[in-house]
Amino acid sequence: MDAVIRKQLKIKACKARMGIIEGVFNAKSGHPGGSLSCADVLTYLYFNHMNVDPQNPKDENRDRFVLSKGHAAPALYSVLALKGYFPVEELKTLRKSNSMLQGHPSMKYTPGVDMCTGSLGQGISAACGMALGAKLDGRNFRVYTVLGDGEIQEGQVWEAAMYASAKGLDNLVAVVDNNGLQIDGKISEVNSPYPIPEKFKAFGWNVIEIDAHSFDEIDAAFNAAAEFKGKPSVIIANSVKGKGVSFMEDQVSWHGTAPNAEQYEQAMNELQQALAELEA
Amino acid sequence: MADVIKTATRDAYGKALVELGGINDKVVVLDADLAAATKTGMFKKAYPEKFFDTGIAESNMMGVAAGLATTGYTVFASTFAMFAAGRAYEQVRNSIAYPNLNVKIGATHAGISVGEDGASHQCCEDIALMRAIPNMVIINPADDIEARAAVLAAAEYVGPVYMRFGRLAVPRIFDENYKFEIGKAVVLSEGADVTICATGLMVNEAIQAKELLAAEGISAEIINVHTIKPLDKETILASAAKTGAVVTAEEHSIIGGLGSAVAEAVCESGKCVPVVRLGVNDEFGRSGPAAELLHIYGLDAQNIVAKAKQAISLK
Repeated sequence: MDAVIRKQLKIKACKARMGIIEGVFNAKSGHPGGSLSCADVLTYLYFNHMNVDPQNPKDENRDRFVLSKGHAAPALYSVLALKGYFPVEELKTLRKSNSMLQGHPSMKYTPGVDMCTGSLGQGISAACGMALGAKLDGRNFRVYTVLGDGEIQEGQVWEAAMYASAKGLDNLVAVVDNNGLQIDGKISEVNSPYPIPEKFKAFGWNVIEIDAHSFDEIDAAFNAAAEFKGKPSVIIANSVKGKGVSFMEDQVSWHGTAPNAEQYEQAMNELQQALAELEA
Repeated sequence: MADVIKTATRDAYGKALVELGGINDKVVVLDADLAAATKTGMFKKAYPEKFFDTGIAESNMMGVAAGLATTGYTVFASTFAMFAAGRAYEQVRNSIAYPNLNVKIGATHAGISVGEDGASHQCCEDIALMRAIPNMVIINPADDIEARAAVLAAAEYVGPVYMRFGRLAVPRIFDENYKFEIGKAVVLSEGADVTICATGLMVNEAIQAKELLAAEGISAEIINVHTIKPLDKETILASAAKTGAVVTAEEHSIIGGLGSAVAEAVCESGKCVPVVRLGVNDEFGRSGPAAELLHIYGLDAQNIVAKAKQAISLK
């Protein structure tokens, strides 16, 4: 990846993380850990990969994005705001009763959201339907969905996985945000879905495994997925829950907890410092 | 009676889908390995490129239907009522109804009249489940004519619709000139002493009950409530005010279906009249020939007559 683009993406991702913290802090609830872990992938998709136009969010030929792990809504909202779908200031209204930003993504309220999600396991099925719609219409838009690693414990994920490969939905790319933690603890201890790549291979998918925080690897993976024909692709994105905020990293307790004022200050200071270093 | 045409509403559904395929190129049909039984197989044969079988995975089917609908298709998704409203309840709620997507759920094999397959497949709770979901329209046609009309109307309507079809061949009630409008109940015949609100295959029983009641000097008004949500309160309440007693009749649990909807409407009208519900009495079904089961569970004209007398006695 071009060094200038890589740096721009890192800056955007850092700002996206600040938006996540801003939103969850003001909401006094929400899911910072799994939002921070997928922030780089979402940043990449919206700023360097998907064919989308914030001025025309319903364009029928746009690429679609479905956040199957809907609790990472703060990450999606933050990236959508940075992209220009709505003002960044809106992030402070997250989860409030008059906000366009629902606790989990809703296409009814938020420009740029392509599917209502939040109930785990359902987003990937809708993404299959969108990909099928593109094939049926002979349109070349592509569909992207991000799943949690805990989410793939849901049986519906595997119904959808079987269907996508059976129908040859090569215009569909799923990402598993593989941060290793779910609310009740390590996913290996709660109900292990491992080995994840082998499971998707057995279901007939093209499997790519990457470091979820390396834009070079993210870029290579999505480009390879775009080239791959005949099967859907899944990118197992090995991530760190809470990535970018030192005290949240790899801590299950930050799955669904908002920072207090002191923690908010520390998180924002860390991200400000990271941003300053990137922009220097 | 020998010349009465009997057709299952599921057959009419399959034929109507084929008809729709010829006039609306945005119609696609999904099924979950029951195309022969739900009759979507007719559409599959006519329009194979617009038919998708998701296999035995109803939850995924509802999600795929939702995703397809976002790309501009009018999606009919079919399986048995048990799996459409039961197994895939939450997918219907969260992936279809919450985003208000243009998905029509064609739920066949509803109620006790599934017959020999027994309780595991006899869904008598689907109307209750679907009624509680915002944005959902619920249509329960009484015969093949009405089933066809319902499918065509559902395709025109923008938003989620739950259509309830039966396995059992039922007598044709209406003729080709029958006018169907979503949300508009039909007064089939007027009466003075009791209102009988019926839906689905109980409409035919209500018509027979009217004759039996007439023989005893009781004048019954028969209303076909084909759309259970939104409920046509205006027509039902006007009739209730006129007759002063209401019976509801449905092949569904007495909890949460037509009976509940009518009782709620009558109670809240401020003009309370007795409402007596006929339906499956909060119990599971069992195996047996459909016609026998309907009698065993009291879903027949004789029991409508009994309920009508009960309602009148409560005035």
